Amino acid sequence: MRSLAFARVRPSDWRRGREGGDVLTEGATAPETLRSQDRVAMALTGRALWKASSFALRALAGHRRCKRVLRLAKLSGFSDRGGRINAFAPAESCARAAPFESAPMTPPIEDDVAEPSEPETLTLPLDAWHRAHGARMVEFAGYYMPIQYDGIIAEHLWTRTSAGLFDVSHMGQLLISGDNVAAALETLVPGDISALKPGRTRYSLLLDEHGGILDDLMITNVDPDWYLVVNGATKWDDIAHLRENLADEITLNHQEDRALLALQGPKAVDALARILPGVEAMVFMQSATFDWNGHTLGVGRQGYTGEDGFEISLPGEIAADFADALVAQPEVRPVGLGARDSLRLEAGLPLYGHDIDTETTPIAADLGFAISKRRREEGGFPGAERILMEREQGAILKRVGLTVEGRQPVREGGLVLDDEGDEIGRVTSGGFSPSLEVPIAMAYVPTAMAEAGTRITLSQRGKIFHGIVTAMPFVPHNYVRKGV
Amino acid sequence: MARYFTKDHEWLDVDGDTATVGITSYAQEQLGDIVFVETPEAGKSVSQGDDAAVVESVKAASDVYAPASGTVSEGNAALADDPALVNTDPEGEGWFFKMTLSDAGQVSAMMDEAAYKDYVAGL
Repeated sequence: MRSLAFARVRPSDWRRGREGGDVLTEGATAPETLRSQDRVAMALTGRALWKASSFALRALAGHRRCKRVLRLAKLSGFSDRGGRINAFAPAESCARAAPFESAPMTPPIEDDVAEPSEPETLTLPLDAWHRAHGARMVEFAGYYMPIQYDGIIAEHLWTRTSAGLFDVSHMGQLLISGDNVAAALETLVPGDISALKPGRTRYSLLLDEHGGILDDLMITNVDPDWYLVVNGATKWDDIAHLRENLADEITLNHQEDRALLALQGPKAVDALARILPGVEAMVFMQSATFDWNGHTLGVGRQGYTGEDGFEISLPGEIAADFADALVAQPEVRPVGLGARDSLRLEAGLPLYGHDIDTETTPIAADLGFAISKRRREEGGFPGAERILMEREQGAILKRVGLTVEGRQPVREGGLVLDDEGDEIGRVTSGGFSPSLEVPIAMAYVPTAMAEAGTRITLSQRGKIFHGIVTAMPFVPHNYVRKGV
Repeated sequence: MARYFTKDHEWLDVDGDTATVGITSYAQEQLGDIVFVETPEAGKSVSQGDDAAVVESVKAASDVYAPASGTVSEGNAALADDPALVNTDPEGEGWFFKMTLSDAGQVSAMMDEAAYKDYVAGL
C-alpha cells in the first residue's frame, strides 16, 4: 500500500473544490466541471497534452516560484500552528506547485501558497505519540504527520537493514459488503478481483472512462467482505466514485476510526512475530486477522518500501499501545514520511498525484501487470479500448527510472529534453538515493527512449543534467513469496 | 575577527574586508540531511541578496543568498565530495565560500551571536 508521501491535494482542497471555490486542481480531486474538461482534452490528445513550449514556460515559472519559496530566508516565514519552524513546509509547497501548472485545464494559481481560510488540520490517533518520540510534524493530506524523527537518511537505512515503523493512518480504509462485490469492483478496476481468494491482496487501479488513473489501491478479500486501502489525499473522491458506481445494495464503510501502521524491513517479521505469533507464516500479499489484547487486528504482508514487512489495521484507540509494543522490540524504530518517500522511490513504486494521475494510463505508467489476463481478454473495465490498444502498440510516453549523473538531484517538475531542447517529457519524482548514494528519479519519456541504458537530457532551473534509463526497482525488492 | 549572523540564517566570519560565509546550525537542522552543495566560483561578483550557492537536502533545494556585496575568492571544494559537512560542522568545516567585501558597512547591520540566538528563539 502506498502513502502519499508528499501529496499535492488535501481533503480541504477537495472540499473547496466541491464548493466551487479556490481549487488547487489535480485530476482526481478536481471539481466535476474541471475534471470533465480534463477528460475531453485527454480523449482528444492523450498524453501528447504536454505541449512543449507552453508547458516548459509554465514549469519554469513554477520552478522560479518554488525557488523563491524555498529560499533560506523564508525559513522564518513558515511556521506550523504550534509556532515552530518547519523547513519542510516549503518543500511540500514546491512539490505541489510545479505539477499544477502543467495541468492543461488548471486555472491560474495565486503566487501566495498560503490559503486565507485554511480549514483546520486534523490529527490522527498517533499524533501525541509521534511528538513524544521527537517527530517533526508537518501538515500533509489534511493531517499532521511525522516527516522525520532522527533524520531521513538514518531512518531510510534503518528500514533497509532492520525494521521501520510507519504511521499511514491518513490513508483511506474502506470495507465493502454485499452481493457480487467482486464483479462490481471489476467495472471500476482492471484486475481479476473475482479470482482473489480469501486472505489475498491485489494491487489495482481505479480508472476513469478514458483509462486515466483515479487512484491506485490495494484490494483484499476479507471474506465475506472486501477491504480497500486508498491514498489519503484521494480518499474522499474515491469514496464518492465508488458510491456513485456501486449498487445501492452494496455497503461502503469508511473505517475512519481505525489506524494503519506499516512495519517494514528485513527484521520486521522477527519483531512482529513476537507480538503476533503466526505472522511469520504469511507470504507477500497475504492477509489475516490476529487478536491482540482482545482487539482484532488486520495484518497484511506487503508495503511500500520494497522490503518484506506488514501493514496492520487496528482500532485508533489502541494504536499508541500497539506502537509502544512495536518500538519496544530492538529491531524497530519509528520512521517518517520523508524516508517513506525515498524508500518507495528506490523500490520503483509510483506515488499517486505525482508519478500517476488521470493523465496517465496503466500502460504509460508501466503498470501493465495490474491488468489481469482474463480482463485483458474480456475487457469491461473503464478505458479498456484505449488501454488494450496501448498495450499492443505502446503508449506515447512511458514511466521509467533514471540514474542522474553527478550528485545533484533532479526533482519533480524537471524537464526531459530532446536534442533541439524541446520538452518531450518530465520528471515526476526525484531525489537522492540514500542506499545507492546517487540521485535517482522517475520520469515520463517517449516510449522509444524508454530502454534501459538510454541517455536522457534533463533540465532543471535552467541547468542541464543527464540521466541514464535504469530498470526499476533501483534497489531489489525483498518480498517473502514462500512461507517458512 | 568577528562573527555576524543574518536573518537568512547565514553566518559570516569577518576579518578586515574578507569574510567566510556558511549557514547556521539552526539552518542545517531545519534542512535535514544535506546531499548536495553548489558553491560559487572564485571571481564571481555578487550583490547582497543575490543567489550565491545552492544547498539540497534529501527533500528540498534551497538557495543561499550572498549576505553582503563583494567578490567570491574561494568556494569550499570539500563540500563537493562531502556535503554532509554542512550537517556535522555547519559553522566550521562546512563553510560555503570566502569573499572580499565591497561594502563593509553592510556587516554592521547584521546580528551578533547573542542577537541571532534571540532571533532564533523567537521563531
